[in-house]
Amino acid sequence: MEKITYYFFNFELIQPYLPQLWSGFLLTLAMAVSTVVTGIALGLVLAIIRAYQVKAINALIVVFIDVFRAIPQLVVIVVVYFALPAINITLSPVIATIAGLSLILAAFSEEIFWGGLGAIARGQWEAARSTGMSFSQALAYVILPQVLRNSIAPLTNRAIGITKGTALGSVIAVPELLNVASSVQSTIANPTPMMVSAVLFCLIFLPFVRLTRWLETRFNPVR
Amino acid sequence: MDLIQTFLNPEILQQVWPMLLKGLWGSVLLALVVLPLAIGIGLLIASVVYQKHKFLNRILVAYVDFLRAFPPLVLLIFIFYALPMVGVELSPFVAAVLALVLNGSSYFAEIFRAGLEAVPKGQMEAARSTGLNSRQAMVNVIIPQGVRNVIPDLASNTLEVVKQTSIASVVAMDELLRAAQLGQSLTYSPTPLIAAAILYVLLLWPLVRLISRMHRVTIPT
Repeated sequence: MEKITYYFFNFELIQPYLPQLWSGFLLTLAMAVSTVVTGIALGLVLAIIRAYQVKAINALIVVFIDVFRAIPQLVVIVVVYFALPAINITLSPVIATIAGLSLILAAFSEEIFWGGLGAIARGQWEAARSTGMSFSQALAYVILPQVLRNSIAPLTNRAIGITKGTALGSVIAVPELLNVASSVQSTIANPTPMMVSAVLFCLIFLPFVRLTRWLETRFNPVR
Repeated sequence: MDLIQTFLNPEILQQVWPMLLKGLWGSVLLALVVLPLAIGIGLLIASVVYQKHKFLNRILVAYVDFLRAFPPLVLLIFIFYALPMVGVELSPFVAAVLALVLNGSSYFAEIFRAGLEAVPKGQMEAARSTGLNSRQAMVNVIIPQGVRNVIPDLASNTLEVVKQTSIASVVAMDELLRAAQLGQSLTYSPTPLIAAAILYVLLLWPLVRLISRMHRVTIPT
């Protein structure tokens, strides 16, 4: 027991490193928020453009989302960070991580919004158009509000899955929570920092995981 | 043309191709070991949760929620770098399998749970009334219907698990991403990385298409 406390809950030993861990936590939080905001906004824009069904544009959108759904998060981040400099696009590790994850989240959320658009009953379109609304008005005032509501649960799930990927930034030396924790761990040869980071990660994501359970019962669209 | 010379240089590609193929095989092997374990454990958890045993449910829901809230890379780093300090040393492959199975099984459990819950209650009653015991009713009546309810979600989580094998590169397991990174540092060219990304797309694109097809959309114009 003493051994476990010594190795995993050694708070004396990590005292000096707490500010470092805290700033890692804040960076993780900031990256998570930026990823969610940019990713979902971009996904929504793509879904709206796709609703107009211009063949050439839709083909491009489908290629975009297929590619970003097929490539692993870590591969996207590594490619953005290490391959783009070859054509003189050099991004900081933080920006590279946020950009990579946002593109992935955009692809997945486009797919969710698009699925939501398809799930709206045809009668909603017809009723909206018959009141004299144009296609765009029907989309904006009648269809999209319903789509957004139905998308909340799957979107939250997906957003959690992808924002957890901020931990992957540690691979390209983003000083986020995991990176700080593992470097402190090797400095003091004690895994307590990893335990602390585990608790902090749960602090960020567990509320959202619980939220999805609640959302699923609250907003579950009738199938 | 310049772009191709930089990103998909044929000579460099030829040079690193055997490495990439070996890495690809590592990724496939990892996925083949992780998927059955994660799916099996997930289904087992969901079936137990379905019995609505108060105490067990608490524990299992905590297990599932905790692991869903936890980045898999953090789990892997913990298993691979923290556990040796208390004497538990695992090879990169075993550590990766453990991390991915823990993470994957929680997602699969949640999907199966939703599927099983969507099976009408009368099915269980009907099955039991024909003389099946509760285990037989689960295996022969409830699970087959429950699984059918969530096939699209199962497919998309399978895709996620396969992609997640790439985090094993962080603990130096020989898989596709690590092969590409080694290739990149050998050749000072982004070609191996781009080639790996293309390999992932080629490998997984059929599955991505299949998942999209499962929820096909038509919009009246």
